[in-house]
Amino acid sequence: MSGENPASTTEYIQHHLQNLVYGKLPAGFERHTESGLEVLGADTWTMAHGASEAAAMGFWAIHVDSMAWSIGLGVLFCWLFRRAAVRATTGVPSGMLNFIELIVEFIDGSVKDSFHGRNKMVAPLALTIFVWIFLMNLMDLLPVDLVPKLMGLAGVGYQKIVPSTDPNITMGMALGVFILMIYYNIKIKGTGFIKELTMHPFNHWAFIPINLFMELVGLLAKPFSLGLRLFGNMYAGEMIFILIAMMFAAGAGSGLVFGGLNAQLFGTETNGAFWLVIFVLVCGVCWMNLKGKISTGRTVLLTLGLLTIGGGVFALGGGLMQWGWAIFHILVITLQAFIFMVLTIVYLSMAHEEDH
Amino acid sequence: MNINLTLFGQMVTFAIFVWFCMKFVWPVIIGAMEERQQKIADGLDAADRAMRDLEAAKSDATDQMKEAKQEAAGIVDQANKRANQIVDEAKVLAVAEGDRLKAAAEAEIEQEINRAKEELRSKVAGLALAGAEKILEASLDDEANRALVDKLATQL
Repeated sequence: MSGENPASTTEYIQHHLQNLVYGKLPAGFERHTESGLEVLGADTWTMAHGASEAAAMGFWAIHVDSMAWSIGLGVLFCWLFRRAAVRATTGVPSGMLNFIELIVEFIDGSVKDSFHGRNKMVAPLALTIFVWIFLMNLMDLLPVDLVPKLMGLAGVGYQKIVPSTDPNITMGMALGVFILMIYYNIKIKGTGFIKELTMHPFNHWAFIPINLFMELVGLLAKPFSLGLRLFGNMYAGEMIFILIAMMFAAGAGSGLVFGGLNAQLFGTETNGAFWLVIFVLVCGVCWMNLKGKISTGRTVLLTLGLLTIGGGVFALGGGLMQWGWAIFHILVITLQAFIFMVLTIVYLSMAHEEDH
Repeated sequence: MNINLTLFGQMVTFAIFVWFCMKFVWPVIIGAMEERQQKIADGLDAADRAMRDLEAAKSDATDQMKEAKQEAAGIVDQANKRANQIVDEAKVLAVAEGDRLKAAAEAEIEQEINRAKEELRSKVAGLALAGAEKILEASLDDEANRALVDKLATQL
């Protein structure tokens, strides 16, 4: 759980999905500060405290955490590969260099398979996309609460560590690819690009509006599908991590022995059914004590045991589920990085091909 | 989930990283890899060529060996033949020399015999004459006697 116990699951989820935002609050905005309500006299650039302030910033804001993690991971990528490049010799490669060359060869193969034009930029672009997105997705495998909690202790309120769950990041990359698509379409085909948009699929002047509409929709769908596919997959994956953490860790985290009652009385409603079973069992034990079947000392021991087992099962169950989902997620993050890369190559390849 | 400046921030970052990768990472690694590939291909080629060379050298060596053997055999043959010839020649020469020596010796012997005969004859003639002189003591015609005695001598 993040920071102090959030009052409700909704708050917990919202807290997890809130970026750390730096932006411009408009003049006249009412700010809730420690000293009370404060009305801003002029536009103010500041850190947002909470979702409502972030929403009020509108477009003129930047997700500090997304940008920081994204740049940090990009720098990591550049550093790793630059180091490999410096060390690359024609001799026998070893260790890390082997691994890097494996990736480079893989990318090179993918590019050669689907891109037949002559362009020095496509392969490095594909490499950057694949490794960078993979690293960004990889952040999903860190325990959901770890970094936000550490940052919370350091005084930073919000932290989303998976940049690819931020649509700004994924759409930013998709738009970058889109710009390249348009650029190469015009550069390679010139007027042929316009012809492609207007004279296809119905090659007659009367169909120009219909053709234009269809082709434009198709063209615009590419960056959107590219960016939103990655975003959707990663967002959903992150969400499941959060849900698992919430469902199971709530009971286990609030104390192994009395966590059951605690959760039952004050906590979340999600684990009620399970705690009902424990509760019935405990009642059964007490009832057996009243009937004189077991001694009072035993009753206390059994009750404590049941509550401990209940908490333990939750902790273990939560851990196992997180672990299981993380393993499955390794596949997802690699696949999504690969899909983004392959589609980029294919789109650029289409931009380079003369005849449609 | 607002769309905001982060979008452009990411686009710029993206462009920078792609540029960096294109400039400093990709060409270096790919270049090294291709160079290595070339090197390995060359190495394999060289190995192949060496193998072929080895084969050729081997067969060459065998050929030369065979030739040398043949030559040696020829030389030995010839030498043998020559030796035989020399021996034969020597034999013939020796025989001829022997014959010649024998002939010379025979001729000398013959000569010796003839001379001895001649000497003997003349001595015999002188002896006979002296004997006849003594016997006859008479005045016999010296001329006729001598002719008689010579006749006698040739009949000896």
